Amino acid sequence: MKILVVEDDADAGRYLVRALGESGHIADLAADGEAGLEMAMAGSYDVLIIDRMLPKRDGLSLIMALRADKRTTPVLILSALGQVDDRVLGLRAGGDDYLTKPYAFTECLARVEALARRQNPQSAQLIYRVGDLELDRLAHRVTRGGEDILLQPREFRLLEYLMRHAGQVVTRTMLLENVWDYHFDPQTNVIDVHISRLRGKIDRGQGASLLHTVRGAGYMIRDNGR
Amino acid sequence: MGAERSLAAAAGRVFRTTAFKLSAVYLLIFIVFAVFVLGYLAWNTRRLLDAQITETITSEISSLADQYNQGGVRRLITVMERRGRQSGSFIYLLVDPKGDSVTGNAILRVPALDQRPGWIEARFNWPDEPEDIRHEAKLRVFLLPSGLRLFVGRDLEERARLGEVIRRARGWSLFMVLLLGGFGAWFVTKRVLGRVDAIAASSARIMEGHLTERLPVSNTNDEFDRLALHLNQMLDRMGELMAGLRALSDNVAHDLRTPLTRLRSGAEESLRRATTLEEGREGLERAIEESDHLIRIFDALLMIARAETGNLATSLQDITLDEALSSIAELYEPLAEEAGMPLKLAVEPGLSVQANRELLGRALSNLIDNALKYGHPAPESEARPEIVLAATRVGATIELSVSDRGPGVPEADRERVIERFVRLDQSRAKPGFGLGLSLVAAIAKQHGGQIRLEDNAPGLRVVLVMPIGNVNDCKDVTA
Repeated sequence: MKILVVEDDADAGRYLVRALGESGHIADLAADGEAGLEMAMAGSYDVLIIDRMLPKRDGLSLIMALRADKRTTPVLILSALGQVDDRVLGLRAGGDDYLTKPYAFTECLARVEALARRQNPQSAQLIYRVGDLELDRLAHRVTRGGEDILLQPREFRLLEYLMRHAGQVVTRTMLLENVWDYHFDPQTNVIDVHISRLRGKIDRGQGASLLHTVRGAGYMIRDNGR
Repeated sequence: MGAERSLAAAAGRVFRTTAFKLSAVYLLIFIVFAVFVLGYLAWNTRRLLDAQITETITSEISSLADQYNQGGVRRLITVMERRGRQSGSFIYLLVDPKGDSVTGNAILRVPALDQRPGWIEARFNWPDEPEDIRHEAKLRVFLLPSGLRLFVGRDLEERARLGEVIRRARGWSLFMVLLLGGFGAWFVTKRVLGRVDAIAASSARIMEGHLTERLPVSNTNDEFDRLALHLNQMLDRMGELMAGLRALSDNVAHDLRTPLTRLRSGAEESLRRATTLEEGREGLERAIEESDHLIRIFDALLMIARAETGNLATSLQDITLDEALSSIAELYEPLAEEAGMPLKLAVEPGLSVQANRELLGRALSNLIDNALKYGHPAPESEARPEIVLAATRVGATIELSVSDRGPGVPEADRERVIERFVRLDQSRAKPGFGLGLSLVAAIAKQHGGQIRLEDNAPGLRVVLVMPIGNVNDCKDVTA
């Protein structure tokens, strides 16, 4: 995946570019808003990571300029301003996701990958399949190995989100944001308990477990057998 | 020279005062008004007097005309001479075509032959007085067939006296106006603008740094009191904000130092002691954990500061409590069950509040976190563990509450635990940093509400009191 990082702090930018490279992506760095806009217009990037406060042209105006030019490249906004209103402002300007500094790289990576996937038309499937687990979005039905699994509505949405991002790490905050629509950092392990319940329903008594915990990052649904 | 200059400066100061300007304007208005009233009065009276004089002269003339018609010029002269001798009489004068006086009781001081028939005003003298005494008269002039000119008129002394009275009145009224205006100016300066000066003096002292000083309020509930009260309220609010800011920076200094020190010494230790890659890794992981903890504290502090000072108007929305509370309960239900404390909902149906969903959710999740952490019944207690999430309407407010069956908070500590970084001794063993309730209180305040800690007998109940928005009431009506 080709990623553009627009970040004025040289160390932070270099670190992010190198870490993305280590994760198998190609990342370019722009050090100010003008250069960022130029590169974003010229290159064909899959995801843009844009710091909010930049010299020459601030991040939000960069995003607005891109959107005015009908560029739909997904944008992850990085910002030291993490209050509710700042987030709303960032998303309203045309950002697709918002990450508050300081952040864990795993969180950033997971979000970037989720954004790239969102662009991908395959993601709008009606039926998700991971191994022998199947989720039918229209019929609201989940089966594993042909057998029905009864899920609560929220568990269904949780599984749906995980399966839409099958093979990708999904962090706890991403789950809280996308499944519960809360944007705060839960102090307790609320999400973990939901996951373990879900795991109990889909993995219990099955040979291969599909719902994996990624240490220090989050969760991933994946069929290891394939 | 110096004295003169300082006098001029003092005069300049006086001229620039609002009191002086106000009284000057009022004096001017008074004077104009007085002059107008007096002028109108004088003009009207004079007109009236003139009319009266004209009328008496006309009636005298008609009586003289009767005499003339009966007995000709001779009879006329006799009557004129007789009547002319009476005191306060009319002026009679008969002049021949050469200009010589035939008879009369007055001397005309204007050439008699120049006077055309009709009404005239002219100067005259009574025959026995010196020439420099001037009288004015209103006269009617007739040309008799014989070529004689007849003058009949009246002394205008009364009118002159009236003029004199008016002139004197003008002097007096001017004097009175000046006196009253001066007094008014003194009163305004002393009593009213003195208050402004007092307010100015107080604000100057406040600006000098006496931040607790407040503007004087005289308890007469007039405009100045209202102004002073509002300004005082503003100062109070600003004081609160400043105190909040100061408390924040104090807290940052005190309470971030501890974890920072821990982070630093941990890193130092692993640098010194770690010999294998694995040990170094562990040290780094601990450092990341420690810095995450720091970030959390920092975020919470910032959020409290924002919530305490910020204004939410833009992000408020109508929130159905039924939905909001069950959504939070649903999030926490598995965790609560795992902790052995069933989470129960007791929400009155149909309630809604004006709130920021995010912040409300955060406040409730903080309270549930607390209940999960500290809400286990004490060993000797017979209470069954549970957490109740409730919403009820109480008068014009909605009370959201989270209750547990734990040991509760002693009444004496209930105010204190809301403060930042305050952790009761019993809770020190558990993870946390004492910001949860402060955050909830700040969020409540931001929504125009407050929080209250109550005894749940046994246990703790934290009540979030929220005002009912007008929007909700409208909805109830239309629904």
